[in-house]
Amino acid sequence: MSVLVYTENWDGKFKKLSFELVSYATGVAKMLSTSVTAVSIGKVDESELKKLGNYGADKIISVSNDQLIALDSQAYTSVISEISQKENATVIIISNNNTGKAIAPRLSVRLKAGVGSGVSKLPLNLNPFTVYKRTYSGNAFAHVVIKSDVKIITLAQNSFDLIEIANNATIENLNVPIDGSLLKTVVKDVQKQTGKIVLTDADIVVSGGRGMKSPDNWPSLVELATLLGAATACSRPVSDEGWRPNDEHTGQTGKIIAPNLYIAVGISGATQHLAGISSSKYIVAINTDKDAPIFEASQYGIVGDAMKVLPKLVAAVKEIK
Amino acid sequence: MKILVCISNVPDTTTKIKFAEGNTSIDTTGIQWVINPWDELSLTRALELKDDAASGIKSVTVVHVGPSTSEPTIRKALAIGADDAIRVNAESSEAWFVAFQIAEVVKKEQFDIIMCGIESSDYNGSVVGGMISEFLGIPSVSAVSGIKIENGQPVMTREIDGGKEVVIVPAPFVAIVQKGIAKEPRIAAMRGIMMARSKPVKLVESVAVEPLTQIVVFEKPAPRAACKFIDADNPAQLIDLLQNEAKVI
Repeated sequence: MSVLVYTENWDGKFKKLSFELVSYATGVAKMLSTSVTAVSIGKVDESELKKLGNYGADKIISVSNDQLIALDSQAYTSVISEISQKENATVIIISNNNTGKAIAPRLSVRLKAGVGSGVSKLPLNLNPFTVYKRTYSGNAFAHVVIKSDVKIITLAQNSFDLIEIANNATIENLNVPIDGSLLKTVVKDVQKQTGKIVLTDADIVVSGGRGMKSPDNWPSLVELATLLGAATACSRPVSDEGWRPNDEHTGQTGKIIAPNLYIAVGISGATQHLAGISSSKYIVAINTDKDAPIFEASQYGIVGDAMKVLPKLVAAVKEIK
Repeated sequence: MKILVCISNVPDTTTKIKFAEGNTSIDTTGIQWVINPWDELSLTRALELKDDAASGIKSVTVVHVGPSTSEPTIRKALAIGADDAIRVNAESSEAWFVAFQIAEVVKKEQFDIIMCGIESSDYNGSVVGGMISEFLGIPSVSAVSGIKIENGQPVMTREIDGGKEVVIVPAPFVAIVQKGIAKEPRIAAMRGIMMARSKPVKLVESVAVEPLTQIVVFEKPAPRAACKFIDADNPAQLIDLLQNEAKVI
């Protein structure tokens, strides 16, 4: 028996998300009195792999085939399911990010394993195996029983604190032969954003809504974000109007985020917007309308015009930085 | 080429969710049911592709797993422009069950592109599309924010952490789509609503399959403490609270 965790890397490096997954897997393994095996796919050097041990991984299996550079959901599923059978895994943990969403459901069918997706707490119960997940876009949470022998959990990002447990993990380099004809995904082009904080990874997010009045007013918001080391986001009307790029849209149909601090500037807080941000630990709202629903979701609020408040906030942050 | 769009029937996204039967189900009183927002965008993009004669898309079919009470949502999809519909007559209890039913439909009727929204706004599972593709043993591409047809070849853009990739996979395949796939959902015109009445909805009986998961109880999110207001002329106080009280900056 073991708990298996898939740890994605980005250009050979892990990030907080990977360590969060291992911390979570360690918590589950402790409940089950078993060990944690982490699986890494792609070229990651030994010193980087070792870092997974700092969060409790007992064993790290590294698969570094050249054929697996691009995400092919079928090939990745084959590799992870093969390892999970070999390791006799009873619980498999994957991120609820885009990669996880591509792999977890295929793995579920391959292993006939039920999936609890977007889970944000350790299992509530082992018998029956019960997980806690977000439903109705954050307006409710459900206790879900997974009935199959093997269980898959996809963990909501930024939902679990890192726990450092120094473990001297063993590393096993595994060569999984891949039949080339099974690789169906051809990547024709990659467009990477450089120098921008990935919105779903950010600890702090500064987000603008229609109350910003014009795309020309964004520099002060961006300045505040830069000073705080924050990512920038926006509400749906703002991305629909083309004031900001689509990938900044936060809300029900856009990105679902859970930063430590979300600063909503000129956003009224429609249900659909709150669905994307309600898991933030702290929400700050700046809005001219004191009755705007965003204040009900916020711990701190300023009633005022964003254009007047932002420069003062920028000045105040400069004082402390 | 033929497109199949999978649609889910969900409460209108502004619904205030209430529970019933000891918090084991939702209270459906007064709920407006709509096409799941991502599925609606999928359908819109499928129809845009079909409108372009050069794309080679000949038909757009919608499939839904649900009881007869979800007929209005299917008619809405037909009114927006789908050519025909298939309804698998069953309560859609959970993802595994639903994906299995849709895979059975695809096995009987051939489709080249199967489109699924990346999640449904009710269960937020994000698994049905991937499961369908694995039941069928065909490729899937997830987080698809764009699809076009170039010389008869579907070309997709998928979102990755911090960027995008342009990818192709051989048909048939499942495209699991997210925001960006279409600008705005297409709205049914009066003519479409009239025509929808006579479009065929094929009824299929479900296949028995044991669900793998079950919701046992719902709960509401923990309420937040009341908002602490700070004077607009003194934002320095906000920064102080964030630094020393919340300790987040």
